[in-house]
Amino acid sequence: MKFAVIVFPGSNCDLDMYHAVKDELGEEAEYVWHDSTDLSKYDGILLPGGFSYGDYLRCGAIAQTSAIMGEVKKAAEAGKPVLGICNGFQILTEAGLLPGVLLRNKNLKFMCHTVGLKVENAHTMFTNQYTQGQEIRIPIAHGEGNYYCDDETYEKLKANNQIVFTYEDDFNGSRNNIAGIINEQGNVLGMMPHPERAVSDLIGGSDGLGLFRSIVKQWRESHVTHA
Amino acid sequence: MKKVKIYVTLRESVLDPQGSAVMGSLHKMGYGQVEDVRIGKYLELMIADGEKDIDALVNEMCHRLLTNTVIEDYRFEIEEAVSQ
Repeated sequence: MKFAVIVFPGSNCDLDMYHAVKDELGEEAEYVWHDSTDLSKYDGILLPGGFSYGDYLRCGAIAQTSAIMGEVKKAAEAGKPVLGICNGFQILTEAGLLPGVLLRNKNLKFMCHTVGLKVENAHTMFTNQYTQGQEIRIPIAHGEGNYYCDDETYEKLKANNQIVFTYEDDFNGSRNNIAGIINEQGNVLGMMPHPERAVSDLIGGSDGLGLFRSIVKQWRESHVTHA
Repeated sequence: MKKVKIYVTLRESVLDPQGSAVMGSLHKMGYGQVEDVRIGKYLELMIADGEKDIDALVNEMCHRLLTNTVIEDYRFEIEEAVSQ
């Protein structure tokens, strides 16, 4: 499976994302610069964390206007897996690929530590290697991870099982502790925690591996080679 | 040439922790009369005269980039300006 790691000016988790896919998963990965206009050869799209365009105006707002985002939308419409982590999640909401928005943390602080997450929906192409309700530990590193949406959107997210991960504790103010959501179609996931930083026990944990393995498993099952 | 002044504010339903922190400071400084602080943004655009209706143009830019209407409201004023 071939992944594109989209690189914006100010992305800083692109290397970790690449490492997770290439070295830990053994799949193919390539960096794709934000002004590229073709993602057709990739099977999965990864939007890494960081501070694209210095988070000017609003986090993710300027990145959303990049040439590559038109291609990301096309890939999403085609049903390819699109994963946005941290700043990637913020970009996906600004681009309208996911509902809601990420606000400043309620305590106004940048927070960087490992948190407990609950897998709320283990039946997605991103979570099939976890069990429903499983508790996993994944690092967070954000100043703007306070997920906000209106009541109507929240009810819709709940009814469609679009809430994929929640925090065990409320530390950033997110509505109903939401840590990650999926689009209605089920192929675009945005989450604030960093699974790409939890892919090896040597560096503090491997609970994030399941997410990447889920994507690959789903892809293999739907792309059986007829030799 | 037009000078467009855009005021962006957080919607009432959205909590403003920055505003709350500033209000806390004002209270500590003795300005107990202050009952609420909301922090917004101010943008100034110089726009050359063109064929498109300026109101429509500003609204379009606000929706596409300058504001996020999930959390923000905006209003703007247009003034005649002299090109520099």
